[in-house]
Parts: sequence; C-alpha cells; structure tokens
Amino acid sequence: MTAEIPARSPAHRLAGHTAGSLSRGIRQAMNALRRNLFNSIGNTILSGMMLALFWLVIPPFVDWAVTHATIAGISKSACDGSGACWTFIKVRLPSFFYGSFPPTERWRVDLAALLLVAFGIPVLRDRVARRGLWVVLLLTVFPVLAGVLLVGGVPGLPYVGTHLWGGLLLNTTISFVAVAGSLPLGMALALGRRSGLPIVRMLSIGFIELWRGVPLLTVLFMATVMLPLFLPHGITIDNLVRAMVALTLFTSAYMAEVVRGGLQGVPSGQEEAAYALGLKWWQVQYCVVLPQALRLVVPGIVNTVVDLFKDTTLVTIVGLFDMLGAVNQAINDPAWLGLAKEGYAFAALLFFVCCFAMSSFGRRFERRLERSTPR
Amino acid sequence: MTRRPSRRATAGQWLLLLAVVAVVWALLRSAGHNLAQRNMSLGFGFLGDQAGFDIPFHLVSWTTFDTYGRALLVCSLNALLVSVMGVVASTALGLLIGVMRLSANWLVRNTAVAFIELIRNTPQLVQIVFWYAAVLQALPSARQSLAVPGGILLNIRGLYLPRMITGPDGSFLPWLAMLVLAGTPFAWRLRIRDARIGVKALLLPLLAAALFLADVDRIEWPALKGFNVAGGIGLPPELVALWAGLSIYSAAFIAEIVRSSIQAVPRGQQEAALSLGLKPRQRLLLIVLPQALRLMVPPLTSQYLNLIKNSSLGAAIAYPEIFEIFAGTVLNQSGREIETIIIVMAIFLVINLLTSALMNWYNRRVALVGR
Repeated sequence: MTAEIPARSPAHRLAGHTAGSLSRGIRQAMNALRRNLFNSIGNTILSGMMLALFWLVIPPFVDWAVTHATIAGISKSACDGSGACWTFIKVRLPSFFYGSFPPTERWRVDLAALLLVAFGIPVLRDRVARRGLWVVLLLTVFPVLAGVLLVGGVPGLPYVGTHLWGGLLLNTTISFVAVAGSLPLGMALALGRRSGLPIVRMLSIGFIELWRGVPLLTVLFMATVMLPLFLPHGITIDNLVRAMVALTLFTSAYMAEVVRGGLQGVPSGQEEAAYALGLKWWQVQYCVVLPQALRLVVPGIVNTVVDLFKDTTLVTIVGLFDMLGAVNQAINDPAWLGLAKEGYAFAALLFFVCCFAMSSFGRRFERRLERSTPR
Repeated sequence: MTRRPSRRATAGQWLLLLAVVAVVWALLRSAGHNLAQRNMSLGFGFLGDQAGFDIPFHLVSWTTFDTYGRALLVCSLNALLVSVMGVVASTALGLLIGVMRLSANWLVRNTAVAFIELIRNTPQLVQIVFWYAAVLQALPSARQSLAVPGGILLNIRGLYLPRMITGPDGSFLPWLAMLVLAGTPFAWRLRIRDARIGVKALLLPLLAAALFLADVDRIEWPALKGFNVAGGIGLPPELVALWAGLSIYSAAFIAEIVRSSIQAVPRGQQEAALSLGLKPRQRLLLIVLPQALRLMVPPLTSQYLNLIKNSSLGAAIAYPEIFEIFAGTVLNQSGREIETIIIVMAIFLVINLLTSALMNWYNRRVALVGR
C-alpha cells in the first residue's frame, strides 16, 4: 500500500505527462498482477499452471474457430478442413431458428418474437408502475396474439401446422407455455402441500414427488406414447401439445418446491396477524403471504425457467425438431457430413447466450433483494 | 402454525378427492377399452419371453436367447454403472472446481467461474451429444490410438484402461477395502480416546485404495493387436461420452454447492478460531470443513439424484441403459407400452425414494443441532 501513495498524490497527477501516466499505468498493472497472482510461491506456481493450461487450450481453439475457419461460400466444398466450417452454420441458420416453417411466412415468427420482447420488457424492468397488469397482459393477450400469428388459419394468415414448427421457435414456445402453466399450478401445489387439510396435502405431496422422482424423458415418452391409450377413442392431441402438457406438469412439481421454500421464508407472524384482522384463508394467502413469498423466490423461479429451457432439448428424443433436432438433422445431411463439432458448438453457444442472459437477470434480482431486505 | 381449517373446507377436500378418483377412473376405463379393441391385455408375463436382440455392452452375461426380464437386469446394471462412475467423477471434479472458485488467485478463481457458467448454461443433452458425436466419433482408428499417460488408450472404439488382475481367488482384501470405503461416512462420528476422528475420516478411502492395490497381482496393459486393442478394460464410446456429459455437468453444480456451503459457515466461527490461535490449516480442517460438509449433504443428495435420472439421456446416443433398452427396443418389439413405461418409471422412483430416504437418515445423524 505504501508504494502507491506517492503515485496518487495531487502533485504527481498535475505533473503527469502522457508518457508518465502511461508508465504509471503499466507500473500499477504490474503491481496489481503481483498482488493478485504472484504474491507467494504457491500462488506463483498456481498462476503458472493456469497460464500453461491456457497456452495449451486457447491458441489451438482460436486457430480452429477463427484463423483457419471458413465462412464464405454456400457448400461444403468451400471448406478445406483445416479449421471450422462456419459456412455450414451460415447456410443452415434459418432451420435452426424456424425449423420447416414456410419461408414466406417466417415474418410471423419474427413478429411474435418482437411481441414477446415488447410484452416482456415492462415485466422485467426494475421500476415499473403496475407490474402486475403487465404480467397479466403477458399471460393473456400475448399468447392469443402469438398463437393467431403462428398457427394462422384466419384471413390473411394461412394455416401453418405444428409439424412444420421447429428450431429455437419450438424451444421458446414450449418454454413459454410450460412456464405460464406451471407457475399457477406450482403455487397451488405449494399451498396444497402446506394445507391443514390431510387429503389435499397428501394429493399434493404425491403429485410433486411422483414427477420429481422420474426422469423428464420418461414423462415426455409417457405423454407421446401412452397418452393416446388413455384418451377416449377418436380423440387425438397434437404432438406438440402433448410435449407441452408433459413439460408443464413436470415443471410445476419443481415450481411447487421453489414456491414452498418462499412460503416457509415468510414469518409466521404475518399469517397470524392477517388472521387476527379477520381475513379469510384465501385473502391471507393472496394478499399477505404469496406477495412476500414470491418476491423471495424470483431467483429460484428464474433458475427453474433456465432448467426448463435447457430441458426443452429433450423433445428431440420424442421426435420433435427443436433447435437440437434441427442441428442433428443438418449434421446427418449427406451434403454436410462430418461437421458435428461446428453444429453442436453453435447449438451450445446459442443456448448459452439465452440461458446466461436469464441467469444474469436472476442474480441481479437477487442482489437487489439482498440490498432492499432489512436485516 | 397452521390454523384449523373450517368445516366447509374439510368437506370440500372430499370433493377434490372424488374428482381426482373420477378422472383416474375415466382414464383407466378408456385405456381398458382401447386395449380391448387391440386385443391386448395388461400383464407382466412378457418378461419371461425370449428377447432375441443383442445388447452391445453388458456387465453380466447376455445372449439373444435370454428373456426380457434378464434384459431389465442387464440394462439396470448398465445404468447403475454409469451413475456410480458419474457420482465419483463429478464429486472429485466438483470439489476441485469449487475449491478453485474460492481461491485467492484471480486467474484460478475466474477460470473456475468461466467453467461453471459455461457448463451450467448449456443443455446437458447438447453436451452429451457433443462429447459423443463431435469428440469421440472424431477420434482416430484403433491403429492410431491416442496414448494417454498411465497406459490408457483412446480411439474411436472407446477408452481402454489397464486392468488390475487381483491375486489368487478368495482373497479378502478387496472386500475389506470395500468395507472401509463404505464405513467412511460413519467413521466421522467415532471417537478414539475422547478425540473425534472427524475430517481424518477422509484418509479412509486412501486406506481402502492401498488395501486394494496390495491385492493386485499384476497389471494387464491394453495393447494394439492387429486392427484392434486387446487386453485391459474397454469402455465403449457411448459409455465414455455419457460419463463425461453427466459428470462434467454435475461437477459445475457441485462446485457451486461446495462454494456456497463453505461460505455459509458463519464468519464468527472463523474469527473465533483465529482468536483461539488456530493456524490456517487447522481453521480449515477443524472448524470450517466439518461444518461445511454437513451443509453440503442435502443439496449434494438432490444433485446425485439428478445425475441418476439424467443417465436416461444415454438413450440419445444409444447407450444401452434402462430407457434405451426398455422404453426403446423392448417396447417396440413387444408393443407393451403401458407395462414398459411403468417398469421404467417404477425403477427410477424406487432408486430415488431409496436414495433420498438413506440420505435423509444420514443427514439427520450428522445435521447440526439447531437452536
């Protein structure tokens, strides 16, 4: 610390020429490096090991992904095989986003995505008047608009069957429906699990533990293979809807546990005080307990949504062409064989961007919550 | 304290039960109707039928003449194998990354952060197919096997490990080693002359390894013979990819569990230890770790359970585990949709309930007594 004091003195700052400040900057940087990385023998060894690891990993990766990579051209012959073939991604990009959605109708998907952003921003911003109203709009008006846009079948918008939907469009649609469905269901289940009514409690516990005890894959499979057996003869349900129902039920069990954590975090005095005021059970829950509990569990809900979004890739195993399915399809295209690395790296990157943005929002909210909660 | 429900609510819950029963009954009735139309009946008798398909990777003997019931055993063991391997590898890797995450060294700490963020924010399925299709399928053929230090060979046909051949049959040393390993969590609470064993119990797995190694007679190294690798233990690429995918994904979550548990130990504990004059190593081993390890038990349990459930993702790369064999091959061959799905779900439910019951019991024993 003592070494820095002269450098920061006002006299020094006044006399500082460009060259002087530059060398000072370098000196400060060196100091910081020494303090953080080379302040003891053990630390120096550790830093050296990490640098060696970077040296082994980063240059070959940059060589592959940037220096020797190809992005020009429109066929595999443009790539010489010495680096990544991004041409493949460039050519196949639309199918990763839209699947087989008819090219002339793809503006409808873009417009629906824009609407989602437009309705989503007021819900997620820090200070918004009437956030509740925006949430209600996002959960009622937006799905209707987006549904009409995507499915069509009204004058001016030709019908597009869900078997043509695919790519990221499918991941987003399934996630949205599952979140919108599992939030209220999860809240009901969480309240049910804490209820004083034994039958309600048992049913809630059974439901939650059943879904949490089995892999999502079996739930999806049950919905696609077994569900037709359990429905009355003649009734068929769209494949996409089946996957949505499965994911909604599955996620609601996890949502319920997250919300339950929040309910337990609300001091019991709040509930007792509300009852003492003469409020009824649903008034106590709706006006006093849930608002406080939900605020506590926003980070947990965001985590669940991120998990759900990642898990939507599983629908590719039951035969829907989501983003991962579209990549699989592209990789197995005879014209583009041997490009698995590029395809999956791109899929991972795209999911990373979406999920990282969501988890960053969750962490920011958590920090704000910590600041605003009195200790 | 929950309030006593009103009489109307108590009556209302019977209506709910009635509704649930009615829905389930209606579903079962139409299922029975549909099955009757297809001339099918429910029953698990088909488990005795001859399977007639091959399972490429099996731990116990398997021929195409064996029954569906034996196929269930074979694929359950396969799932168990990859789960155990995943739990061990993800714990080791997660501990390492979690400790790196807490390092005072800026470079080490942020490398761990980057790893955790990258892994946690990409789907596990993408990671598994990436390891399989982009990494393992791109490896050279057996003739140009990559030699990994330690006598390990890696090629497009899989990973070949040296096989340790144990001494004469009937030796008790491997069993003793397993016993020591199993006893490790319990040794924690034991006292020797009024002194808790505590963290020193972590030495027991080393002892188990030493006992096991003492029994090893010779080592059979994998080597190239003709066009293939002979000797050693061969792990198929599907197993290696699933193992890598499961353990690396879980390791990122375990690293965060390790970090948050260590940080959750109250600061006052460290300060008290400091004021008692304990050295840094003693503070870590005697004060912080014993408390942090207890906090880790519940979240680690659910992470392990996730790993076991996610082993079903092996179906995406055709690793012969329960889902791939039963909900795949057996279902398609026998056409028994309801029974096979029930079996698969029941197996996972039982594994899950057993594991969480065991861990809850263990947790109750080691949990800190709250005030």
